[in-house]
Amino acid sequence: MSSSIINLLLQGIGETFYMVIVSTAVAYLFGIPLGVLVYVTDKNGICKNSIINMVAGFVINVVRSIPFLILLVAILPFTRLVVGTTIGSTATIVPLVVAAVPFVARMVESSLKEVDPGVIEAAKAMGSSPWQIICKVILPEAKPSLLVGGTITLATILGYSAMAGFVGGGGLGAIAVNYGYYRYQTDVMFVTVALLVIVVQVFQEAGIRLVNHIDKR
Amino acid sequence: MIRLEHVTKKFKTKGNEVIAVNDVSLDINKGEIFGIIGFSGAGKSTLVRCINLLEVPTSGAVYFEDTDLMKADKKELRAYRQKIGMIFQQFNLLAQRTVLDNVCYPLEVAGMKKKEARERAGELLELVGIADKAEAYPSQLSGGQKQRVAIARALSTNPEVLLCDEATSALDPITTRSILELLKNINKNMGVTIIVITHEMKVVEQICDRVAIMSKGSVEEEGTVQSVFLSPQSETGKKLVLPEEKEPVSSPTKNYLRIVFDGQSSSEPVLADLILESNAKLNILGANTEDIGGSAYGQMLIEKPDQETLERVKNYLDKKKMSYEEVEVDRA
Repeated sequence: MSSSIINLLLQGIGETFYMVIVSTAVAYLFGIPLGVLVYVTDKNGICKNSIINMVAGFVINVVRSIPFLILLVAILPFTRLVVGTTIGSTATIVPLVVAAVPFVARMVESSLKEVDPGVIEAAKAMGSSPWQIICKVILPEAKPSLLVGGTITLATILGYSAMAGFVGGGGLGAIAVNYGYYRYQTDVMFVTVALLVIVVQVFQEAGIRLVNHIDKR
Repeated sequence: MIRLEHVTKKFKTKGNEVIAVNDVSLDINKGEIFGIIGFSGAGKSTLVRCINLLEVPTSGAVYFEDTDLMKADKKELRAYRQKIGMIFQQFNLLAQRTVLDNVCYPLEVAGMKKKEARERAGELLELVGIADKAEAYPSQLSGGQKQRVAIARALSTNPEVLLCDEATSALDPITTRSILELLKNINKNMGVTIIVITHEMKVVEQICDRVAIMSKGSVEEEGTVQSVFLSPQSETGKKLVLPEEKEPVSSPTKNYLRIVFDGQSSSEPVLADLILESNAKLNILGANTEDIGGSAYGQMLIEKPDQETLERVKNYLDKKKMSYEEVEVDRA
């Protein structure tokens, strides 16, 4: 394999990390509040509100049911509006975030549902406000599960980011598509796939280790 | 201290309505330990949650001293909840916080500074006897230790009332006894009014002053522990106090005399003296007694002797101020 291909692959790894990490971070920035909102407004939640719950749930389901590749193309005008371009790694971050926010919200919601209702009841009995229950009880108690969700999200976004290679996104996915698919360079294809597998393994392993370290149960 | 007036709580489930608490009125005095006993599903847990409004009664009123809690707004209610501590069967500790930080939690909620809160939490852990576990996490503790942490946490805001929802039901008998001792000391030394929910008569016998017996959402009987234990009036009361069919103290088919031990010195050979003094050949049908801190609690069933001997036995028991009850078995 020529040194130019190796440089290309190195650059691809860098771009992939950039897209995945930034998208995940931004997705969590919006996804956590949305997940908390859906959780607390649930019929057994601490701030029961069926209207907000239904609207938020509906929006999440709509976005989640659009296949990523379609979403990617459908929101191109929005992407251009936000970052000024529709090609390259930065442009890929926009659809990645849009697709990941509802995904993250559902992950967060399911993590929060694992928190022992008895502990929440105890917090209420001690005179906590809903805000205190969310910040001091529910989120800290769900932290290990939230982190497990985080590693799953990373792997999912990584998969999405590779798809973006078909429409001018950057990263390892674009290399696999451009060299492996269009130019029949099977060796490049195999190397990028292998690299993607390694990246997922690294994320997963690091996540699990972190969870084991912080979980006090 | 706590007054419930005609409290009713209904739950609506698909299609039908369940009345968990049905028109319950109770008056709990300052400084006493009040027991609420009943079998599973009697509505005791729902009733105790009506006291701090974790469950809002469908109708009725809940008074804390002279305040109607149901008329308090959310903020006021939270302030009152800080005056009503609560402990649970499953302890409900924060798994991701250390023991010390668990005890700090209600203080943080109440807005105390971190340093002060940690000091106060340390004192409380000292009080409940597990100061050495301050930096441990709940998962590293035994059930009894977890309940001690929960008690320390419930007491941290200096509550005037402590609600105990089946607090010892997940613990073994020896641990149960030590937790009950702790609760009793807290009641005596700190003057905290304690409301105990349980399905075990033993718990009521050991620490309560007064007791209410609940069945199917209603209070069937209420009175001092001694009077209820000596001669239960209600069906449920009898079932709870009198030995169950399958227990070692089982279905005597003969008429019998029930002798109640409610705190006599356990070192006194009551029965031997009784036999010697009344010169009666007594036949023990069954017994269920326990030594709690040097006092005997429980009961003994003795086959009813002939009338003449019975009089002597009764004389002796009266002299010793022991409580007893003659039970006629219905041989239908």
